[in-house]
Amino acid sequence: MSKILEASRAGALAAPARRPFRLGRLGAFMERESVFSWLMLTPPVLFLLAFLGYPFIYGVYLSFFHKEVARTASFVGFDNFVKLYNDPIFWQAVRNTIIFTGVATIVKASGGLGMALVMNQSFKLKSFARAMLLLPFIVPTVLSTVAWQWILDPGMGLFNRLLVVSGLAERGPSWLGTPTMAMISIIMVNTWRGLPFFGISILAGLQTIPVELHESATIDGAGTWGRFRYVTLPSLMPVILIVTVFSIVITFFDFQLVYVLTGGGPANSTHLMATYAYTLSMGAGQMGLGSAVALSMVPVLGLLLVALTFFVRKD
Amino acid sequence: MVGELTWQKRLIGLWLPLAGFLVVALFPFTWMAATSLKTNAELYDPTAMPLAIRHPSLVHYIDLLRETNFLTWIANTMLVAVIATGISLLLGSMLAYPLARMRFRGGALLAIAVAITYLIPQTLLFVPMADLIGRLKLGNTLTAVMLTYPTLLVPFIAWLLMGYFKTVPKELEEQAMIDGASRWRAMTRIILPLCLPGFLSAGIFAFTLSQNEFLYALLFLTRSSVRTVPIGVVGELIRGDAFYWGQLMAGALLGSIPVALIYSFFVKYYVAGLTAGAVKG
Repeated sequence: MSKILEASRAGALAAPARRPFRLGRLGAFMERESVFSWLMLTPPVLFLLAFLGYPFIYGVYLSFFHKEVARTASFVGFDNFVKLYNDPIFWQAVRNTIIFTGVATIVKASGGLGMALVMNQSFKLKSFARAMLLLPFIVPTVLSTVAWQWILDPGMGLFNRLLVVSGLAERGPSWLGTPTMAMISIIMVNTWRGLPFFGISILAGLQTIPVELHESATIDGAGTWGRFRYVTLPSLMPVILIVTVFSIVITFFDFQLVYVLTGGGPANSTHLMATYAYTLSMGAGQMGLGSAVALSMVPVLGLLLVALTFFVRKD
Repeated sequence: MVGELTWQKRLIGLWLPLAGFLVVALFPFTWMAATSLKTNAELYDPTAMPLAIRHPSLVHYIDLLRETNFLTWIANTMLVAVIATGISLLLGSMLAYPLARMRFRGGALLAIAVAITYLIPQTLLFVPMADLIGRLKLGNTLTAVMLTYPTLLVPFIAWLLMGYFKTVPKELEEQAMIDGASRWRAMTRIILPLCLPGFLSAGIFAFTLSQNEFLYALLFLTRSSVRTVPIGVVGELIRGDAFYWGQLMAGALLGSIPVALIYSFFVKYYVAGLTAGAVKG
């Protein structure tokens, strides 16, 4: 308090010539922190209520209705959810979403840690290399996914052509044609795109670790592995955790990759909850059922995030 | 002897893995470029080396520009990205400033509500959003996506900017107000200019996210003349089951160039935005 008083005196002395700001009664009212805050908050809050809050509530509402395109909705209670409970494709989509998110996140996190450790050395053109490594994350997903579709093309795609030209195989695998390969492929493409996000974020975390920590660990007799295990990794945990949470959320909601690459096929084997919800709503015109799938994503995502915290606690 | 050893260490610890990461990150772009520059005869010749180009040709680029509205899609994408980013920066900073720097009732609750919007699936929102856009008679207009993209961007931008706003000491503002500035003046003349790097980070991030958005554009923009690049490429260059790979790759490459160019100018701010949450949090 006294500091502020002092500051106020200093301010008054320092700028005696400036015309003081005169407050009318309205002006004084506007200067109050809460009034000023809410005046400023009102436009964005109204915008978000109209374009995010309303659609959200309407979406939840729809999931309790039987609603088809151009028909009026009729209330069906929990019918949509019961239908989903008995729908094997729904459970397939749930399973796929969990596998897709889980495996891709683990690969991205470990690969990103590797990328960060490599990039944390000094060498020429480092910032150029960093910019290049981030490119997969920058380029619009749909465009790079179309390129991947062509890379994975069974006949003339890059992978199978290289396999044939190098004599490693007479015919390459059908990357998107069988359920297992298609799942592997979508995880691979998601990893390609998302790995730099981990790499560059963890690199930034690495750069904040004080050199002294490594020095004192070396004095205490720690080798390269020891320094990594007991200095680097624990210091990085908070960064890795936050990036992982972000990545789980983004990966979980991924839509365009599967929409473009496999469309959920072959035979629904790569449907994620997001693409299944879209297919039900737009393809089959079952908007109530589609909304129910989308709403079911929320608890599944919650479950994944809870699993992550347990995993971290145990560590 | 020692020099040799460190040289080998550098090779195994740095150059080889770095080359590996770079090859993995960049080969799809090489493949795009190689495909787009080959004639169809060479492209579908099974004996040709896949990444080598014997007779470079611009035929796919010429066809792309002549047969589709590609340049219109690029213009639409840029326009939408710029306007959506502008709206989001304005609304996002109006949201972030009080949340980061003021004490008022409901502040904590609002901050949580904004964070929770991340967890709402876009697939739950699109049917109601389509209904809303239809009722506002905005179907097949760029306004539809200019209005809906900020719903995805504002919470994110607000969160990013809050971090920057918090770093400016409160004393600066108090000092300005004691000197006779109003709260508004203190904000616009002192605090916000200091947060310029934050605005650049948030802006470049929002810009790349706008370029990337797919679902709303897919639903709201069905006429070719209003499409954005991702929707145009997927919707019009893939005709039924026929893939015109040469044109598709030309489109994918050309469509990536604007965003890659802008990113290359602001890469410093992009990385700062990317890592702001991770490192500060």
